[in-house]
Amino acid sequence: MTTQDTGPRMGPGPAPGRAHARASRRRRDAAYPYALYLPAAVVFLVIFLVPTAMAFYFALTRWTLFDSEFVGLQNFRDFLAEQNLRIGFQNTIIYAVVTSGLKVVLGLLLGVLLTGRLRLRGFLRSVVFFPTLVSTVAVGITFAMLLKPQTGLVNQALALVGVDGRDWLGDAATALLSVALVDVWKGVGLATVIYIAGIMTIPREYYQAVAVDGGGAWHRFRHVTLPLSWPATYSVIILSFVGGLRSFDLIWTMTRGGPGFTSDTIASIIYKQYQAGFFGLSTAGNVILFIVVTAIAVPLNYFLGKRQVTA
Amino acid sequence: MTALRRLSGEVVALVLATAIFLVPFGLMLLTAVKDPEQAIDLDFAWPTSWPVVENFMAVIEARDYVLLRAYVNSTIITVASVALLVVFAAMASFVLQRRPGKVAKLADFLVLSGLIIPPAVVPTIWLLQALGLFKTLPGMILAEVAFNLSFAMLLFRAFVAAIPRELDEAAQIDGCSGMRLFFRVIFPLLRPVTITVILVSSVNIFNDFVNPLYLLPGDENATVQVTLYNFQSQYNTQWNLLFMDIVLITIPPLVLFVFFNRKIVAGMTAGAIKG
Repeated sequence: MTTQDTGPRMGPGPAPGRAHARASRRRRDAAYPYALYLPAAVVFLVIFLVPTAMAFYFALTRWTLFDSEFVGLQNFRDFLAEQNLRIGFQNTIIYAVVTSGLKVVLGLLLGVLLTGRLRLRGFLRSVVFFPTLVSTVAVGITFAMLLKPQTGLVNQALALVGVDGRDWLGDAATALLSVALVDVWKGVGLATVIYIAGIMTIPREYYQAVAVDGGGAWHRFRHVTLPLSWPATYSVIILSFVGGLRSFDLIWTMTRGGPGFTSDTIASIIYKQYQAGFFGLSTAGNVILFIVVTAIAVPLNYFLGKRQVTA
Repeated sequence: MTALRRLSGEVVALVLATAIFLVPFGLMLLTAVKDPEQAIDLDFAWPTSWPVVENFMAVIEARDYVLLRAYVNSTIITVASVALLVVFAAMASFVLQRRPGKVAKLADFLVLSGLIIPPAVVPTIWLLQALGLFKTLPGMILAEVAFNLSFAMLLFRAFVAAIPRELDEAAQIDGCSGMRLFFRVIFPLLRPVTITVILVSSVNIFNDFVNPLYLLPGDENATVQVTLYNFQSQYNTQWNLLFMDIVLITIPPLVLFVFFNRKIVAGMTAGAIKG
């Protein structure tokens, strides 16, 4: 074309002059026009950012979708005054911590196991990943059946070993944790795949070095696999923690937030308020969820990201 | 001795994995093909009769063929939104990776916020209504694109970084830049990660329950997951039909899985891992 090309910059050499730098930047800019951002940016802005920003206004109104009346912080006061919201807060945090914690531990364990010299490796990988593909609603319904107090398979299996099962989903003490465990069952496959990918990128030399030093399996795990799979741990924690904070569908299909309000999370309360027609109140819940997620995820991301550099 | 120990370890792993991960699927399949009387037991007894076709037809015909409509709707939503998602996300990640600067910093921030921030549901309904897109398939499609964009961009960007810049430069010398550079040179090279994005996001969107529940209410627009949810109360006693429904809805992702299992992991290896 018309642009003079100075040839690719290869290897060390004298630093290119300023005029040259400017010319090459212009050429670079022409090759990567910002127009390529456009479709993604428009959809993201209109469908995601605008509603997110508007939520901050509508949360302060009594709202029927067609007209809104400004009521200040009344919605937040209502929301926080509600007895079951405090449970919702607590449950959201417990749920996120339990699910992401277990996914990290089990995902790492399965990841190590499934990168080892197992003959059935391929089959086991498929089996573990399998539940990730089944819809949450289907998983929720199936496990609700499995966990039924008298006829459920879980309690029948427990009875075989002499343990008295209980009404897992109908009991306030176990409902939330039972749902969290089902979430882990469904999600651990993804964590495992991320760990497998992370472990496979660890250079073999490190393991050989441990072998030369006479280190055993534990040594290998503790001083090579664990620290060097940190990027995978980072991904798993962020993905599953944020997912856990926002989680709605599994809880909704398994318990509807019950018994009573004992397994409600912020997301299920938002849906309940929406169903009842309290749009402003529901949006206030959304803003609260936004604040909770951001307040936890951003420092977490910062903290974990920093560790990643030093690890 | 060690060989024996290893073998028994493998057997234990196999039995455990099968029990924990496959038993629920076994229950689904078995119950789906039983008659109503036997299905109530929800156990692993072998079916005494096999009303497979009857159960299948009963589920299809229920509520005026709502399941078929739901299948059509879900397919349209999934195909259209994944197509848009792939092109939009790949284009944007290409510029994002290749042209660092203030705009890229902003884009990075937006990708991260898209991953973290929960969508504000009722304001989204309000906005789609203002645009005339609430309760319509195009509205649902655009929403799925917006909500899945960040994750797709994360996968694409990591992969673009692995494509050498010398390639761009060679293409530029041949007079190829901008759109042409992207579609002729870069996009074909993104094939492995494109396959991963297609698989992961089509499973996600096909299995999505929350967004259709909010943005696409009504029997006319039913999607498969919402239908399943509605059947849950309708088939309160007919477990065989409920599970037949679950099986039918689980089949499409399973087919994808059986064919592309390896590719999912391969693409993930290239993309999902930060660092």
